[in-house]
Amino acid sequence: MEIIYGTWPWYVGGPLIALIMLALIWLGRSFGFSSNFRNICAALGAGKSCEFFRFDWKSQWWNLLFLVGSIIGGYVASHYLSVDQIPPISETTIIELQALGFESAGKAYSPVELFDVYSVKNIVLLLVGGLFIGFGTRYAGGCTSGHAISGLSNLQWPSLIAVIGFFIGGLIMVFVLFPLIF
Amino acid sequence: MMKRVIFILLGVLFGIVMYKAEAASWFRIYEMFKFQSFHMYGFIGSALVVGVIGIQLFKRFGTKTIEGGDLELKPKDKTVPRYLIGGIFFGLGWALVGACPGPLFVLLGTGLFSIGIVIIGALIGTYIYGVVRSKLPH
Repeated sequence: MEIIYGTWPWYVGGPLIALIMLALIWLGRSFGFSSNFRNICAALGAGKSCEFFRFDWKSQWWNLLFLVGSIIGGYVASHYLSVDQIPPISETTIIELQALGFESAGKAYSPVELFDVYSVKNIVLLLVGGLFIGFGTRYAGGCTSGHAISGLSNLQWPSLIAVIGFFIGGLIMVFVLFPLIF
Repeated sequence: MMKRVIFILLGVLFGIVMYKAEAASWFRIYEMFKFQSFHMYGFIGSALVVGVIGIQLFKRFGTKTIEGGDLELKPKDKTVPRYLIGGIFFGLGWALVGACPGPLFVLLGTGLFSIGIVIIGALIGTYIYGVVRSKLPH
């Protein structure tokens, strides 16, 4: 049972995600999670004030069902398929993060200092992080699922440019901005 | 009805895999951007190996969708600015909150409710893009 309850190795996780993508393609759809932000905006009535959200979001109903499934999957995985899962991150990472003030590094699934403390600073960070994710994914026309997995699997050069962008942004954040923020 | 159930079940599988293989862990994303572990690279790399082979097989055999239509494999626009600039914005957010769009909802399901703040931010960010997009280089 440890095989199920422990960390699933990358060579199990990665191929399963690819099979989900292939299944969606075979079903006549595509694997692109961030489109759901646009779908939700449209469903909330954003089309009244902005042309970009005037489209038939109901035709994307399947993707919203996929989103609902992912919420259920998170619940099932954490409640029934795990006993307090803690990612075995590297020793270097733990030491670095503890120096940055993340005492929970190596002791939790997500950092308690960022997600369980409702300080003004944390709320602003989470909100700004979300803004960047929403703005960036729509600007780039996709996120990790649409570009890094689907686009690269289909050998699309634009997706490679997007993934290079993801990494430029990510590296600036952890190497340059983290020491200033935390 | 049957199809709806299939999309939900695929989502459930996605959520379970992302949580169990820790692609939804902030710590794993930090570790990846710091090049301190192979885990996430192996995850994305092995997904690509299976993905590339699968799509090549689909093309080789002229596979049709379950409804008999063409597969949704549209080539993307050959341009740079939108992918690079948009990608950088997304990368900044991904590294800060340690989750890409899918895992945000997976984490919500685990009961990490503060992730809802990120989701609200992402919806506002998407709306802002919709409003200013005609003024942005694409």
